[in-house]
Amino acid sequence: MTRSPLLSVRDLEVKFPLVHTKAWPWSKPDVVHAVNGVSFDLPTGKTLGIVGESGCGKSTLIRAIAGLETLSNGTVNLLGKQVDFADKADRLRLRQNVQMIFQDPVASLNPRMTIREIIAEPINVFFPDLDKDTQRVRVSDLLDRVGIAERNANRYPHEFSGGQCQRIGIARALGAGPKLLLCDEPVSALDVSIQAQVISLLQDLQKEIDLTLIFVAHDLGVVRHISDDVLVMYLGGMMEMAPSSDVIKNPQHPYTKALLSAVPIPDPTAKIRPEILIGDLPSPLSLPQGCLFNTRCPKAFEGCDTIRPEFTRNAIGSVACRLFD
Amino acid sequence: MTLLSVQDLSIRFKTPDGYVHAVNNVSFDIDAGEKLAIVGESGSGKSQIALSVLGLQARNAEVTGRVLFNGENLVGMSQPTLNKIRAREIAMIFQDPMSSLNPYMPIERQLNESLELHEGLKGTAARQRVLEMLDAVQIPDAKNRLRSYPHEFSGGMRQRIVIAMALLCNPKLILADEPTTALDVTVQAQIMQLLEDIQKEHGTAIVLITHDLGVVAGFCEETLVLYSGKIMERAPSSSIFAAPSHPYTRGLMRAVPNIHDDNATLFAIPGQPPNQMLQINGCPFAPRCTDAIESCVNTIPDLVGTTHKRACHRPAEDLS
Repeated sequence: MTRSPLLSVRDLEVKFPLVHTKAWPWSKPDVVHAVNGVSFDLPTGKTLGIVGESGCGKSTLIRAIAGLETLSNGTVNLLGKQVDFADKADRLRLRQNVQMIFQDPVASLNPRMTIREIIAEPINVFFPDLDKDTQRVRVSDLLDRVGIAERNANRYPHEFSGGQCQRIGIARALGAGPKLLLCDEPVSALDVSIQAQVISLLQDLQKEIDLTLIFVAHDLGVVRHISDDVLVMYLGGMMEMAPSSDVIKNPQHPYTKALLSAVPIPDPTAKIRPEILIGDLPSPLSLPQGCLFNTRCPKAFEGCDTIRPEFTRNAIGSVACRLFD
Repeated sequence: MTLLSVQDLSIRFKTPDGYVHAVNNVSFDIDAGEKLAIVGESGSGKSQIALSVLGLQARNAEVTGRVLFNGENLVGMSQPTLNKIRAREIAMIFQDPMSSLNPYMPIERQLNESLELHEGLKGTAARQRVLEMLDAVQIPDAKNRLRSYPHEFSGGMRQRIVIAMALLCNPKLILADEPTTALDVTVQAQIMQLLEDIQKEHGTAIVLITHDLGVVAGFCEETLVLYSGKIMERAPSSSIFAAPSHPYTRGLMRAVPNIHDDNATLFAIPGQPPNQMLQINGCPFAPRCTDAIESCVNTIPDLVGTTHKRACHRPAEDLS
């Protein structure tokens, strides 16, 4: 029996019109094409890693799924039901099931609230019928689960280190009882020794409560470690999606190959020459014709600059490149 | 030949709550043309060492010890004398390329500044040098971009401009403080390649300050590991990566997820870095160390060894 996916995203697009750049009232504003047609399914209990360079739309994509950005096109299905972002009850249902962890752990906590108040807030909102004692117990359970001693619950966020704040952020997200946890670069602001602590915590939680994760990061090593599937994005479009070990060992798309070869390896004897991409990311204001990557692709051939490749499945995974047609 | 010799350098900051001990008795040498990496987590004092070499430390800092550059002590040197060394002899590349460029000035004027100050070059002669340097760091169409402002460039290009600025007076030593941390991996690969080419061409010594062990492995011959303002281990990169012999270095290496390793378990170092307000009478890593013994807490280990130096009470063979 195949389980129906927890989340399924179809043709998701997010555009940001830059209204202030209009030269005349009747002229069309410039539009930032942040996410351009992303579709995927995510089964319960799995982890999807999203990688790409800054500006590739990976954060915008998950913010759109969480309802924090307005969709220009496309649909989001959660638990088999399409989410209507305009409907208040639907939005509440979305927020209960989908919680988010942010990149900057300190900035994502209200500095004027104690840790107990911060973690109790989602419990208050989503379970208003609970009596005070049960609520207290829940907060202590959550603190215990993320490894913060309960005697610290009356302290304020600035009294904790970055790694501890990220744990508090995770406890807050879990308070709502979510099915899906969206992690927007949760460890990139942390030191490596602390980073490993937070990643292990997320993995343990996933095993314990069958949590589904979307893990956005620019560090391929981290993503590989935690994800079942990896989605590679470039300029808001999907380049490749495959099981994580295949993406690393058997990258198909030329962009994935370039990205992987650029990752430095902590071994001085490894002499992998990085395949250095020439130039910079094209402007998301005017997307290239044809394949999004064709302007920097070392393997581009005739037609790549006119035909936008379809995202197609093959034996290993899915890839959007005309080399595999 | 020793180019820069840091001897017993300590830096502490006076704050309303007491002293913060950022760097404690750090000593190391760099030879001309050498590439040394200083690796450490945030708060380990790695940036403070670089800043104090150039006399750029914050006003509440108290620097003791000696920093000898060509035999001259830079600690406590007057600003005008330091200004003759800054950029001409020792140049610095900062982490964030946007905030190290002046947003109100076209890049040509910023690049000209050090040429005018140190070499008295002006007008077309200066422009010629600037153009050569911008070509060397591969800024496309440099001639037409001289009048552009920093915001008109991408992050990678800005970092190239900062590198060009550092190289203009052909310094003997470049202090690169996390030069690629703000950049994407693909751009990072471009910049590291560029630094390597430049190093080969000019024979400049480079101190690379970073927290990324991967970047170090491919670039530097020597690696120095710093924790809580103390040197934990210093060795040739080949030896330190093949056989890290300090518990902290080992933990650090096992905490980095390796993309080419299939079923590696990620190892987390338990606990938090120590509070630097307190003077520690032992090894600063002892509270987090799984191999710590009694003397680790009571006595400060010395940095001993010939080529592979380490500061640990326990012999490498005894470590778990």
